[in-house]
Order: sequence, then structure tokens, then C-alpha cells
Amino acid sequence: MKLPSSLFASAVAIALTVPQLATADTSGMSIALSNNYAGNSWRQAMLEVWEANAKDAVAAGTVKAADTFTTSENQATEQAAQIQNLILQGYDAIVVNAASPTAINGAVKEACDAGIKVISFDGIVTEPCAWRIAVDFKKMGGDQIKYLSERFPDGGNLLEIRGLAGVFVDDEIHAGIEEEVENSNFTIVGSVHGDWAQDVAQKAVAGILPSLPEIVGVVTQGGDGYGAAQAIAATDRDMPTIIMGNRQDELQWWSEQQADNGYETYSASIAPGVSTLAFWVAQQILDGQDVPKELVVPIHTVVADTLAESLASTPKGSVANVSYTLDDARQTIEEAKGG
Amino acid sequence: MNMSRDHFRILLPVLSLVVLLAGVFYLQPRAMSYFGLNLLFNLAVPVALATIAQMMIIMVNDIDLSIGTFVSFCACVTATFVQETPLLGYLILLMSIGAYAGIGALIHYRNLPAIVVTLGTSFVWGGLAILILPSPGGSSPEWLHAIMKSKPPLVPMAIIASVIIGVLTHLLIKRSSFGVLLRGVGGNDRTLSRAGWSVLKLKASAYGLAGLFGVLSGMALIGLTTSADANIALRYTLLSIAGVILGGGEFTGGRVSPIGAVIGALTLTLAASFLSFLKLSPDWQIGSQGAILILVLAARLAFAKREAQQ
Repeated sequence: MKLPSSLFASAVAIALTVPQLATADTSGMSIALSNNYAGNSWRQAMLEVWEANAKDAVAAGTVKAADTFTTSENQATEQAAQIQNLILQGYDAIVVNAASPTAINGAVKEACDAGIKVISFDGIVTEPCAWRIAVDFKKMGGDQIKYLSERFPDGGNLLEIRGLAGVFVDDEIHAGIEEEVENSNFTIVGSVHGDWAQDVAQKAVAGILPSLPEIVGVVTQGGDGYGAAQAIAATDRDMPTIIMGNRQDELQWWSEQQADNGYETYSASIAPGVSTLAFWVAQQILDGQDVPKELVVPIHTVVADTLAESLASTPKGSVANVSYTLDDARQTIEEAKGG
Repeated sequence: MNMSRDHFRILLPVLSLVVLLAGVFYLQPRAMSYFGLNLLFNLAVPVALATIAQMMIIMVNDIDLSIGTFVSFCACVTATFVQETPLLGYLILLMSIGAYAGIGALIHYRNLPAIVVTLGTSFVWGGLAILILPSPGGSSPEWLHAIMKSKPPLVPMAIIASVIIGVLTHLLIKRSSFGVLLRGVGGNDRTLSRAGWSVLKLKASAYGLAGLFGVLSGMALIGLTTSADANIALRYTLLSIAGVILGGGEFTGGRVSPIGAVIGALTLTLAASFLSFLKLSPDWQIGSQGAILILVLAARLAFAKREAQQ
């Protein structure tokens, strides 16, 4: 684009008079991403969106560099060594998705002592000097019931599909669902473990269906909605409202049903793009902003209006993604301050 | 030139360490400092201790597949019991050393394959670690943390610790008569037993020593990380075997080198840092780490051939 020079000059003059936005101070700084694992589609998407975002940020002069480092064996001692290497490489901030919440604390403390800001997300660390951007899994569970309450104010019977037994995430989402069900007119009449996998969920749901009364909704944990739909479609039951988890096959199925019979539901999950949120939070910390140590990852929801767009941008076998911006980071920080 | 076999054997590990160190200094001049050396090598201290533990087992012609989970177990005990109720904690660690010696005795007594027994015990240690620490946590005893984070003048703690570990085990294994007997178990245990020594006792001692160094490794690790995780040291099993071999040890015949093993552990740790400084894509890193290993071992084979010709 070519601007007339006088217009350009006045634009510069205006830019100089308005209060400086927080981008100038961090242009000479570099941020590293220390990642413990890259072996599934979620993590691959997480790295891709970080790299795309980093490229833009470096081109725009927001930061000098934003490199990614992934350990090859998903082991805490390996990641601790990696973080110590990053200290030596002179990064100003290290964004961490940790292999263990505790076992890399020593290395994180070394980094803090060297004046480096450490921001952990998704796989957070407990070391007090680091920032934490954690996922509120309880809210993910509770939100499902809240949505269903809006759809069915009179309540009804629900089927719950849980994740992998004994895993922290499964317990948390389940607790969130249970808590909210108590304040609603819903009853959970059956519960199966779908292990976050479509095929497992399909078998489990098919097995429990004959023993269930009529159900109005299926609450899920993501990765299991499509399997549930397949199992229910094989019977002569009416299709209940199945909460989806942003997986491509789930969105695809929903979109087909929407075109067919105006099927309505809601889909939510944590977007792999949360790495970019961590990037911008790191940038804000480097910029000297006052950022609380405990932050919460926003939940990425897909609703009927955004379904087509999300489906189009989600590759097969992957999960709906979003690249967060500086404004999103500021909003997350403000929310944490308010809470 | 009058060079003994042992000196010759140690030459290659030293050479590989120096070459890698030169590479790291070239890529990252900041590493060439007190602070930098400490960061490069402090996590090698528990690896070196685990490698010595593995060396004790390889010395008697066995192999230990449980050292990784054992170190994890010791780390969990250190971060919980030793920190909260020291007496009970040390008792547990002492008992686990006893258990190691017992496993050694059992392997010899029943003539069991060590690789199978230790694979089995690795699940036992792993299970115990999860029982003690179902979710990551615990904290390091103050004194331990203070030692591991200490900043002695001139030479970083990591280097001093490595030298002490190397020299002490060298004196024990290479210079004491007890060490000669232990190596004899790997060399020719029949001769030993005909000479009136109890191979059972010797093998139990070798395993007991391995247990002792496993405990020290777990404690050192907690001093550095400050907090434990039941899976914290799983990769030490393979790292320690690689370290022993890289350091000039052999799987049979009781031919091991304690100083070489420590250098092997340092080299392996450094290799990972070297690849990280190269900014190599993680997809290539495991492969490259393997390539470095193969390179060193190939060089060793060439050395050994020349040695045989002389």
C-alpha cells in the first residue's frame, strides 16, 4: 500500500501524540517455548499456531525472536536440562508446557533467579516464581449443564460420558457437571467411560442404552460426542442433545445434522492456540505490566452461528483452533485481576 | 610409548567430552563461565550417580533395567519421608539398599537372568513410587537443596561433585582389594569360588553398592528439582547403560571404568545440550543423540582393533 507522504507524516504525528501502546519496549527481547511433547494432533496444532503467531510478531517488531523447543522423550529431567540451556541462550522469557507440575521446579527457579520470566500453561508448574495459565476443567463441566438448562428449563434425564478413569482431568470435569446438576432439574441416569475416544465411547454408549429411560441430553468430555451419536443413531431413539468437544468429526456430524433437521447443540474445548495466549501474556509481563500469577485459559466454544467457519478451518483428525491476540491476553489478565 | 590398556580405554570418552564441550562453547559462548558450566552439568550429577550404580551391576556381568524407577522411588522417598520424618525416611532408603543386595543374592542363588528379574522389580519400584506420591509434589530437605545449589569458589558444584564421584569409585573399584574381587565376579566367578571366596556375598555387595548409588542419585535429583514426581527418572535406565558403555565399560568380563562412566554421563548430558544449541528440530533430536552414540562407539571399535593389532 502506498500512502501520500503528507498523510503518512500526519499519521506518524498522531501516533506519536497518542499514549504508547505496549509494543515498543519488548522489540529487543526474545521468548522461548519449552514444550514437553509433540506426539498428538493437539500438540502439533499448538506448535503450528505458536509458530505462525511468532512469525507475525517478529515481523511486526513486537519481539526479537520466539523459538520453540520440544523435548524428545517427554521426561521431566530432560525438560529441566532444556530450560537450563534456554537460560544460557539468553532468552528473556520462557513459556513452558511442563512434563511435570513439580519436577522441573528447580530449573524454573534457576531461570527466575537469572531474571527470566517463566510462564507455564496447560501443563503448569507449582514453583511460586512462575506464572500459571491453567485450564478450569470444572467450569468446562458446569457450562454444559448451564447450556442444557437454557435449552430444557424443565430438566430431564442425562447420560454422562466420562474420560479415562483415574485421570485428574476426568475427575475435575465430572465434579463440575455434578455440582451444576444438583442446582438443576436434571438427573444423570447413566454414566460410562468413553476414554476421550470415539470408538470407545460408541461401544460404551451402545452397551448402556438399552437400560436407559428416555434421555434429553448427553454430557461429554470431548472426543466422545461423535461416537455417542453413532451409537444412538443405531437405535430407534430420538437424538438427544449431545454436547460436542470441538473435534473435527464431531463438528462435521453436527453440521450435517444441522442441515438435515436443524439440530442444535454446543461444543467446547481448550483450543491448542492457548500457546499464543501464553505468548502474549509473556509479552505483557516483559513489557512491565502488572500480571497476576494465576490466570485462567478461556474455553473455546463453537455455537450454531460459528459452526460453519470453525469446521472449515479445522483439519481432519484435529480440533477447532483459535490464535489469540494481544487483546485476548489483556482481557484474560483483567479477568484474573477482577477475580 | 608405554600406555596401559586402562589409560587407552579412558582416552576416547575424554576426547568425546572435550570435542562436545568445544562445540557447545563455540555455539554458546555464555556457557564458558562458572554459571554456565553449572547449568550445563548440574543435572548430570544424578545421571552420573545412576551410571555408577549401573556400572556396579554391569561389572558382575548383569544388567539392571530397574535403575530408572528405583531412582524415581528414592526421589519420592526423599521428597516425602526424609523431609517430614527423617528417621523413617533414612530407614526406608537403607531397607531399599538391602532389597537391592537381596535381589543380587537371589539372582545368583537361583541362577536367574538379571535382565528379567530387574525388569520385574522395575514395576515394583515404580508402583511403590506412585503409592508414596500419587500426585506430583513433596519438597527437598533444606540441607540437601543447600548442597546441590551451593556455589563453591572458582569451580562449580557440578564439576566438584563429578570429580569426587569419579575419584572415590575409582579408588574403591580399581585400587582396593575388594574392588579386585568384585571385578573378578565379572571376570571369572568360578576361579573366585574355587579360591574360597563367596560369590554370593560378592554379588550381593555389588548390587548393594548399586542400590547405594541409586539412593544417592535420587537424593541428588531432589536437591536439584526441589520436588518429586513418581516418573521423574525413568530415562535414567537407558542413559545409565549408555553412559557405562560410552565410558569404556564392557557388558562382560568385569571390564568397567568408574571415571569413564562419570565422563560418559557428562557426555550424554552435554550431547543433549549441544543439539539444543544447534536449534535442531525435535523430530531429529532423538536420532541425532543416537548418531552421536554410534559415532563414539564406532570410534571405540576402531581403537580396539588397533589395540589388538599392536
